[in-house]
Amino acid sequence: MLQAESLGKTYRVAEKESGMAGTLRHVFRRKTRDVHAVRDVTFHVAEGEFVGFIGANGAGKTTTLKMLSGLIRPSHGRVRVANFDPFRRQRAFLRQITLIMGQKQQLIWDLPAIDTLRINAAVYELERGEAERRVAELAEMLDVARLLTTPVRKLSLGERMKCELLAALLHHPRVLFLDEPTLGLDINAQEAIRGFLELYNQRYGATVLLTSHYMADITALCSRVLIIHEGSLLYDGSLTEIVERLMPSREIELHLAEPVPREVLAEFGEVSQLEGTSASLVVERSQVQRSVVAIFDRLRPIDLFVKEPAIERVIAPLLKGQGLGTP
Amino acid sequence: MIYALRVFAAQLHTALVLTTTYRAEMILWALSGTLPIILMGVWGEAARTGAMPYTPVEMVRYFVAVLVVRQLTFVWVIWEFEEEVVTGRLSSLLLRPIDPVWNYVANHLAERLARLPMIALLVGLCFWLHPEAIFVPSPAVAATALGVTALSFIVRFLLQYTLAMACFVVERASSLESLSFIAFVFLSGMLAPLDLYPAWVANLAAWTPFPYFVYVPAQILVGADVDVPRAVGLLFVWGALLLIAQRWAWRRGVSRYSAMGA
Repeated sequence: MLQAESLGKTYRVAEKESGMAGTLRHVFRRKTRDVHAVRDVTFHVAEGEFVGFIGANGAGKTTTLKMLSGLIRPSHGRVRVANFDPFRRQRAFLRQITLIMGQKQQLIWDLPAIDTLRINAAVYELERGEAERRVAELAEMLDVARLLTTPVRKLSLGERMKCELLAALLHHPRVLFLDEPTLGLDINAQEAIRGFLELYNQRYGATVLLTSHYMADITALCSRVLIIHEGSLLYDGSLTEIVERLMPSREIELHLAEPVPREVLAEFGEVSQLEGTSASLVVERSQVQRSVVAIFDRLRPIDLFVKEPAIERVIAPLLKGQGLGTP
Repeated sequence: MIYALRVFAAQLHTALVLTTTYRAEMILWALSGTLPIILMGVWGEAARTGAMPYTPVEMVRYFVAVLVVRQLTFVWVIWEFEEEVVTGRLSSLLLRPIDPVWNYVANHLAERLARLPMIALLVGLCFWLHPEAIFVPSPAVAATALGVTALSFIVRFLLQYTLAMACFVVERASSLESLSFIAFVFLSGMLAPLDLYPAWVANLAAWTPFPYFVYVPAQILVGADVDVPRAVGLLFVWGALLLIAQRWAWRRGVSRYSAMGA
């Protein structure tokens, strides 16, 4: 459904020194430099896949989404979406996609969302009955039926994002580009949006490419992730695989009846934390079972938890461009 | 075509609701276009005291017609477009399967419809101040004036929308409109009827689109002798040239668009 081959985008940006002198110099001798926002990115996404696209700020995620949706023209490479060249922005192509940006809105600020929906229904050639049916269906999925007649400016951020989703999905697009759809939302709103996206993907078999700074979005929705850093694709694969590759250990958290010396704890694994009767050990994945049995046998802990490493901690080195290292 | 009309009708309906929501702002905008009321006083007095090809009544009628034509042909698309390019809001319009221009046209027409009561009030005010100048154009004259005014609105819109394409390069393209507005003010007949200008200026101006934005439709409305086929022909030629220029600039501009901020 999505094909990007050696995709790249270079922006020419002006360089200006600060202050009046810098401004005057810029007027007479304009300096520019090339910024390679995306370099030689290649990936394919199959129909119905839900793929996470992660990277630090400025890594090239949004630029890639803009090229895939046809908003900007690639500097080089080839891109096909649903068998269309996105930048030609043919009507048949635009009817099959949507791009939702968390910090941008298409709803008319001073009018109720229903007024924007009326325009969208006409733009996407939906008969009145069909448009009403779709609005009712999506409104029920998003739980926003009562909000559609309230002016958009009076809605909370979470309510507004739900209405944005409704407006962006009214034409039942086959391809969804989602750029930070949960940005700034509280936990409940984030979960509601996640639940909706999962349901939409299942119900309509839509292909979804999602960027988010909230790893909870990625872990909840995406089995596959693309990791981009400084415009280059660092990783394309399953989330589980990368966690295993980058963090081949587990953390064992212990609560003991009485304090135990660090040297004794070190016999079961690397002591990462020791405070009174609480301790944390880092243990090789393959050694976890043996360590747990030995700890129960010798230390008689009150509580013991084997914890998965936090995904943010696992991915953090990659987002800083430190590479995948040796598996 | 039917598709475009259906979308346009929906956009027009929403734009009308929005304009009504901003009614106070719209009234202020309408009042900001009342310069002709001041000028009619100044020129009416000048016609009373000096040798002029216009009587005071004719001068007042001319400026009443200028007021109506200006209110009906006012265009602001360059500021709207500039804001959308600079903030990246143009992106959501580009992702719709219809040209963004229809959105701006609908906004302009809706605002125009909402302005009609205000125009009637302003015309009423003029005739209350100068009851001797009250006139009612014949249906044929009114229809011709309305048709030429509509055409002049389209060409004025195309001129400003073409200049707006510079937003893709210089971001603040409205400064170009300020330049164009100087030519508009002097050559459109907004400050004075063009036949009061030196003949060579009036002759030169007749080849530009500016006189057809105000002077010509206003003269038609007051029943003056105007070469309507020539005016319509020139508006069509300018419209065609601007349309070609706009489409060319649009294609080039969209290629450069970086959708910043979006």
